[in-house]
Amino acid sequence: MKVTLKVWRQKNRSTPGAFKTHETPELNVNMSFLEMLDVVNEQLANRGEEPIAFDHDCREGICGTCSLVIDGKPHGPHKGITTCQTYMRTFNDGDEIVIEPFRAKAFPLIKDLVVDRKAFDRIQHAGGYITVRTGAAPDANSVPVPKQTADFAMDAAQCIGCGACVAACKNASAMLFVAAKISHLGLMPQGQPERYRRAKGMVDQMDKEGFGACTVTGSCEAVCPKEISLDFIARMNRDYGVALLKGDAKAVKSGGAG
Amino acid sequence: MVTLSSNIPSGPLASKWEKHKFATTLINPANKRKYKILVVGAGLAGSSASATLAELGFEVHNFVFHDSPRRAHSVAAQGGINAAKNYQNDGDSVHRLFYDTIKGGDFRAREANVYRLAEVSLNIIDQCAAQGVPFAREYGGLLDNRSFGGAQVSRTFYARGQTGQQLLLGAYSALNRNIANGGVKSFTHSEMLDLVVVDGHAKGIVVRNLQTGEITRHNGDAVVLATGGYGNVYNLSTYARGANVTASWRAYKRGACFGNPCYTQIHPTCIPVSGDYQAKLTLMSESLRNDGRVWVPKRKEDRAKRPADIAEGERDYYLERMYSAFGNLAPRDVASRAAKTVCDEGRGVGETGLGVYLDFSAAIQRLGEGKVRERYGNLFAMYHEITNENAYQTPMRIYPAVHYTMGGLWVDYNLMSNIPGLFVLGEANFSDHGANRLGASALMQGLSDGYFVLPATISGYLASQNPGKRPATDNDAFKEAEENVQAITKRLLGNKGKRTPYSFHMELGKLVWEHCGMARTAAGLTQGIKAISALREAYWKEVNVLGESNDWNQSLERAGRIADFIELGELMCRDALMREESCGGHFREEYQYTPEDPETKAGLVNPGDVKRRDDQFAFVAGWEYGGAPDKAPVLNKEPLVYEEVHMSTRSYK
Repeated sequence: MKVTLKVWRQKNRSTPGAFKTHETPELNVNMSFLEMLDVVNEQLANRGEEPIAFDHDCREGICGTCSLVIDGKPHGPHKGITTCQTYMRTFNDGDEIVIEPFRAKAFPLIKDLVVDRKAFDRIQHAGGYITVRTGAAPDANSVPVPKQTADFAMDAAQCIGCGACVAACKNASAMLFVAAKISHLGLMPQGQPERYRRAKGMVDQMDKEGFGACTVTGSCEAVCPKEISLDFIARMNRDYGVALLKGDAKAVKSGGAG
Repeated sequence: MVTLSSNIPSGPLASKWEKHKFATTLINPANKRKYKILVVGAGLAGSSASATLAELGFEVHNFVFHDSPRRAHSVAAQGGINAAKNYQNDGDSVHRLFYDTIKGGDFRAREANVYRLAEVSLNIIDQCAAQGVPFAREYGGLLDNRSFGGAQVSRTFYARGQTGQQLLLGAYSALNRNIANGGVKSFTHSEMLDLVVVDGHAKGIVVRNLQTGEITRHNGDAVVLATGGYGNVYNLSTYARGANVTASWRAYKRGACFGNPCYTQIHPTCIPVSGDYQAKLTLMSESLRNDGRVWVPKRKEDRAKRPADIAEGERDYYLERMYSAFGNLAPRDVASRAAKTVCDEGRGVGETGLGVYLDFSAAIQRLGEGKVRERYGNLFAMYHEITNENAYQTPMRIYPAVHYTMGGLWVDYNLMSNIPGLFVLGEANFSDHGANRLGASALMQGLSDGYFVLPATISGYLASQNPGKRPATDNDAFKEAEENVQAITKRLLGNKGKRTPYSFHMELGKLVWEHCGMARTAAGLTQGIKAISALREAYWKEVNVLGESNDWNQSLERAGRIADFIELGELMCRDALMREESCGGHFREEYQYTPEDPETKAGLVNPGDVKRRDDQFAFVAGWEYGGAPDKAPVLNKEPLVYEEVHMSTRSYK
């Protein structure tokens, strides 16, 4: 099979970009989408043209590095599948496929199809953890976690931090990503002491990064490669609300060594 | 020649670590903040080490070439992490985990390191559970376990098929906390391209920012490499595409010895190769062998039949037949070689004949499809995406693929290389897995090194260095290292050849797989060395790297890494040629058990099993750079001295 690619090419942030058309050589239907891009890039390189820059790493759907909006949909046509796990058998011979980067103000473009998602890291710096020094942990079985709770937390925890939720959202909102992290830690018994502080810190940072507001259209859930549920956003909103009601912890008036 | 001194503490095996921790000099809190430690890599080992060192009060700078520390390839580990908790009451203990691991490594690992690993395994699970890692639980709320290859107890903790992801997110969250409170400064999209050695000590690194192309110098009181394994030397592997040997290799070229480079792990359960375009092989977790049965048809004429059309009596469940005690849970090297053997006999299945069945029908009958789905659903889904086949209805087809490298930079008991001040953790070092790694042990080692071992040993070195006296980055050694990096970049971009870097990588991968893969011979390895050194020369004549140095340039990144892989491939072949024995994943056809051997007759091993030669090869090979790529490296040996365990014949029958 052969396909025609309409790819967003942009040298860098300060140079305007445009769609460029690339014809693929003969492809095998069992190729992954990224292997198809590898083959196109080898062809370009052999002609002395710069290959298409795209992000990828593990190629098994877990690292969250690959991105791409394929025919208008982040991570391509399949539900619950990343771009790297999309196979060419999904497409037909002669198709024209449009490939764009994840577009969002908070994800500035680096080159072609590569964007900078460090805003996600900064949101996690603002509370995406349970404070436990190495060596300070009690025996792992000393805190039982109901199976249902652990399973539910895992549903949220499996977020790969790819940013497809942001790319799909008309407001470029990061609510699903942030909700997944807040829910994972907020569900586990170990995460209770910092639960509300965490929710407030992460939501505030999310707003600071320039992500948009949520209007619960659910496009994020629809494209999420890990099928993370919109319900977690409700959980996050509740935790954030409680955090606001509780207010900031009062400053301790006196201190110092006793 | 350098002397490779293991620095194993004296005394009984079980008290060495405790004793060593007490004997190691401590640094007072006020002085700790005067030391700066550079950590390269942010997988399990790098993230956990960075976070823990910062908690201790050191100034930590962490470097990773990914856009975020969370992307490191530890994230992809599926099955689980071992710990000797004995929560199952099935006879596990620290000593048993130690023994299984050292036996699994075919008695080519360092005894004291492995014992420490088993001891520390207990703390790792505690630490991760406290971080909120959502491990699988039983209904009572306590932790669940499953079995893995090479063990007869259930000691593997897991989080669905995404254990590595969850453990990495745990370590990443600890790292984040320390970034937020200022303990760690994080440098992402930053690739280490050289090690700076000042007066014989590792005191800095040179880094390229992948976004801007800017080259910067960084000084520290110690340098920690946690940069992963080198399996991508084969091009096709289960590694992430970005995984590379460059940080380790550039340290090797600065004098760090490379330990046992030929020890590579070929994992038995991966999705078979389907075509030339392929860039990646996908692992199907070893945990599947808990419930899946491996077979091929007894007669080669049946290999093209549909599996459902092959009657039970016509199937050869060869692992159960050959290794009755461990069956489908035989260790990886054993299971891989057995798959190769049956395929070489012409009984392999699938289009290429390079595949065996992994069949779940018995498990589905016994447990029901729902239970199987709960245990392995994500793996079955992944298999379906790649092959378009439904493994609930028809057996999976699997074949061995490169998955892990046991070799790596040589380190002593303190995880310090032969360059003082250079520490190496996780898969990047050679130390704990010998010639074969057992399943669920890589996560254990990465976190053991990062959370518990390095933080306890590094102060022994730092105490010998005056606080606040690290060399400044205008030191000549920094200047020379930066010039070296600039020269490599210039040479790559200035070379006006006709071939793409990737075309060389594919060629290299085929050569290393052919000559230094699952079966090796003296003649093949000699030929491999010749072919790879010719490829190295061709590379610098014919490679064409597009783009500019001061820009996001994936061709340039890749070209530098491939140049290092080519040199490494040659060293692997040299190491495999030197090691005239078979052990673990290193199978030299000349050294295998025959039907006449007493061990075979006694029923300990099968004909064709690996045959060690302890009298001559019970040592770690630490290769020292010869000074130029075309100069032969120098072999240094660290004898493997076993104080408590007897190096016996490894039997899984």
